[in-house]
Amino acid sequence: MNENEKKELIKRYSPGSTIFKNSTLAFLFGGLICTLGELLFMLYLELSGDEKTAATLVTVSLIFIAALLTGLGLFDKIARYAGAGTLVPVTGFSNAVVSEAMDSKSEGYILGVGAKIYTVAGPVILFGLASGVIYGLIYYICGLIMGMMG
Amino acid sequence: MNRITKINTPIHFAGYAAVGGYEERRGPLGEKFDFCDDEDKFGQNTWEIAEAEMGRIALNIALSKTDLSHSDIDLLVAGDLQNQCVASSGGLNSFGIPFLGIYGACSTCTESLMTLASFIDSSEKMTYGAAVTTSHNSAAERQFRTPIEYGGQRTPTAQWTSTAAGAFILKRGEGDVMLTEYMPGRIVDGSTSDGANMGGAMAFAAFDSICAYFAESGENPLDVDLIVTGDLGRVGSNILYELLAKELPGAERRHTDCGLLLYDDSKQDSHSGASGCGTSASVLACRFLPMLKSGELRRVLFLSTGALMSPSSLLQGENIYGIAPLIRLESAKGR
Repeated sequence: MNENEKKELIKRYSPGSTIFKNSTLAFLFGGLICTLGELLFMLYLELSGDEKTAATLVTVSLIFIAALLTGLGLFDKIARYAGAGTLVPVTGFSNAVVSEAMDSKSEGYILGVGAKIYTVAGPVILFGLASGVIYGLIYYICGLIMGMMG
Repeated sequence: MNRITKINTPIHFAGYAAVGGYEERRGPLGEKFDFCDDEDKFGQNTWEIAEAEMGRIALNIALSKTDLSHSDIDLLVAGDLQNQCVASSGGLNSFGIPFLGIYGACSTCTESLMTLASFIDSSEKMTYGAAVTTSHNSAAERQFRTPIEYGGQRTPTAQWTSTAAGAFILKRGEGDVMLTEYMPGRIVDGSTSDGANMGGAMAFAAFDSICAYFAESGENPLDVDLIVTGDLGRVGSNILYELLAKELPGAERRHTDCGLLLYDDSKQDSHSGASGCGTSASVLACRFLPMLKSGELRRVLFLSTGALMSPSSLLQGENIYGIAPLIRLESAKGR
């Protein structure tokens, strides 16, 4: 049996992910998290009277809730159904960092938690920062051109 | 190529034990396990030490079913899924038995029994040997995949690494369940680098070994009661079924897979079934050896299936290689 025949057999017997169900659940859970964020925003705006402060507090709150649920061992159980719904918002980032910290704690705080905490979240940080720099450069150059023109 | 070795001196199973965790107790075979810890921690602080402790408990229970003490055992062959097999050395050091650590991914159980049988068969001074195999879901997830509390979705082809251990005591001489033949597996290209589809990758190795065995022995596949594979899961078992039905008709009707027996997917979200070397070890100890002992089964071919890969080899796009060593087990009641 050659490689292609084997690949074909594996493909034939490997069921694909249920895309419609996964997408629907992701939409619902993601929407629920955003609604919670919106409610928190209204609350914080009421309390602080400042949009910028309220927006920051919403992010901090969602990160905290996700971290707490991860610590309680509930986040992964929800994410099993929510999928991208919990992964895409800031909750996913929080979970990726906290879960790795919990795992590597047994290896010590410096070489365990310290060295491994961004193992899963690392790509988001690196490429997030890199795209931020590129975006900033484009913004800056466009600004210069616009300035020269006028 | 002569691959099958017939054992000259009779060797039998003097004792065996299966130990598991929470999901294993909830599964269809839960009642048959000798001991399960619902916390999966076995009283330890880390998952890695928990796996070591699970192996220690399994060997103690297997010993307690014989009239032997650990000092009677001449050789211990053991393996697990952790790097450098530290679960075996960490958990079994206190027994003080001469030790051979082996790594065969999920084929460890058959590999250890075969190695042990070969030693007993070749040295007249050797009477008793022990084999232990462990795998722990949380220790394996940490090492091979993502953190335990990480919220991700598993694909339908993914399998659930079992938290399970099997321990066996082999003894020279006649007994209820005999180990009569063994055959090492070949390294077979699984033609995929998808770490979430190891059952599919291993099916070809199982097929290779089963065909080689019947070609060399000349036996009719329908003359054995069961051909048991380790952890092909649903995907791998379906592939093997198609291949056997085409190339070795009859054999597919004798096939069953430990990975499909350990969990109930409808209740336990195990997806394609169980995996991990503890799967075949524990199912052999709690399901097939008792059936062979009672005479319910008479002749069984047992192949633990291993997916040979590392997290680095997968990230580098290398294919997963499969291996399926084989042992033949016979009941004294039906020989």
